[in-house]
Amino acid sequence: MTAYAYFPGCSAHGTAKEYDQSTRSVCARLEIELNEIPEWVCCGASPAHAVNHLLSFSLVAKNLDLSPTNQIVTGCAACFNRFKTTLYTLQHDRPLWERIRQIVQPTKLNGSDFRIAHLLEVICDDFGLDNLKERVVKPINGLKVACYYGCLLVRPPRIMAFDDPDNPTKMDELMKAIGAEPVEWEFKTECCGAFHAIPHPEIVLALTSKILQAAKDANADVISVACPMCQINLDLRQLDLKKQGKNFDIPVLYFTQILGLALGIAENELGLDRLIIDPLPKLKERQVV
Amino acid sequence: MKQLAEQIARTDEVPILLTEEAQKFTQEVIGRSGERVDWCYQCGKCTAGCPVTFAMDIEPSRVMRLVQLGQEERVLRSKAIWLCVGCQTCTTRCPQEIDIAKVMDTLREMATEKGYAADREVVTFFKSFLDNIRKYGRTFEPMLVFQYNLKSGHLFQDADKAPLLLSKGKLPMRPSKGSMSVQRIFDALEGNKR
Repeated sequence: MTAYAYFPGCSAHGTAKEYDQSTRSVCARLEIELNEIPEWVCCGASPAHAVNHLLSFSLVAKNLDLSPTNQIVTGCAACFNRFKTTLYTLQHDRPLWERIRQIVQPTKLNGSDFRIAHLLEVICDDFGLDNLKERVVKPINGLKVACYYGCLLVRPPRIMAFDDPDNPTKMDELMKAIGAEPVEWEFKTECCGAFHAIPHPEIVLALTSKILQAAKDANADVISVACPMCQINLDLRQLDLKKQGKNFDIPVLYFTQILGLALGIAENELGLDRLIIDPLPKLKERQVV
Repeated sequence: MKQLAEQIARTDEVPILLTEEAQKFTQEVIGRSGERVDWCYQCGKCTAGCPVTFAMDIEPSRVMRLVQLGQEERVLRSKAIWLCVGCQTCTTRCPQEIDIAKVMDTLREMATEKGYAADREVVTFFKSFLDNIRKYGRTFEPMLVFQYNLKSGHLFQDADKAPLLLSKGKLPMRPSKGSMSVQRIFDALEGNKR
């Protein structure tokens, strides 16, 4: 089995603990080897590239230098985007690459010959859905899932080269492979408001309420996500929306948690109890747990 | 008049007389971003697809136009450039293949350098975020929110959620630290500026 350098991202130690937990459980079950990059540093996320592009590229280059292998996987769509954008830019701009090397002073980093994969790609493409089907011990039959991709997995398509930027289907195919029913809906790649959750929460509430409503209208039981930022905005902010009289009460799970259930992994190893909107009533109703 | 006629004759330029200073701003944005803002023909796709247009003082396509017209202060003092969330929808849809989100990055850098940054909340958040990286090598979410609330004056924002997040094990007490060599990166970048 291929070994990957694993970049958990900062939220893995806090608000997205269950994503990291379920990622490690699922990969262990599928015998996908993850080696956490020692001493990895923040990718800089939006605040770095928004005000200092050199800082943004330098932080990613630092991680490349720390990485034990040139095949890196992350579950965070935002980290994935920063890594891919940095590699794309540096590969096309040698003078900038040299400047970044001077800033970072890498110890072993030579070229820019890296592959950055999102966990969805590792599972769907590298491991393969046919292989995955053979590992399913408890098909998620009857669970209607709204697959939400958000912005940064798919855009800009020229750099991300992940899937169709308007109607991606990779996560939907994964859900089908484990027996779930992905719903057709139009908000797969609409923005959740991302970092504005802190400086301008009213923007996030306006955007997430539209996404949650669209998932409801499509008769989804749950929303499946592949990004910690999307997850917390869609899940935690339902508490604020409730205060505005908008009671969605729709669970927002990481795709790894749903996949883990299909692989027969125990609920407590998937961190289902860490989600804000309790998924258990819905999962019990559909006889998934 | 002779100058105007010359400018119109050059088809790659907007046939509008701009002051030298205005032209300098347009050229600086194009040079620093590497994006041909001058190619924008105001189709409005960016504005139509932007998820935060509703909250902006100047919509994205107008920001592009104001850059073409060299309206430095109006652009750099706008809230719009700080409300851009970097969702990349405009970049994906622009028929002229202008990376508009990248232009917004450049405009924020320029606004920061000139001390024009107009959205106190976003600026405070970004600063708290980057301070976290410098200090811990990673962002430490509880400290990030605490620092933001303190500096922005929104002292109790989201404080109601702390007990719940704590009970879910989402509020770590200690930071998880990354390589402290990030401090050298920050220092090197500050040295670059000087």
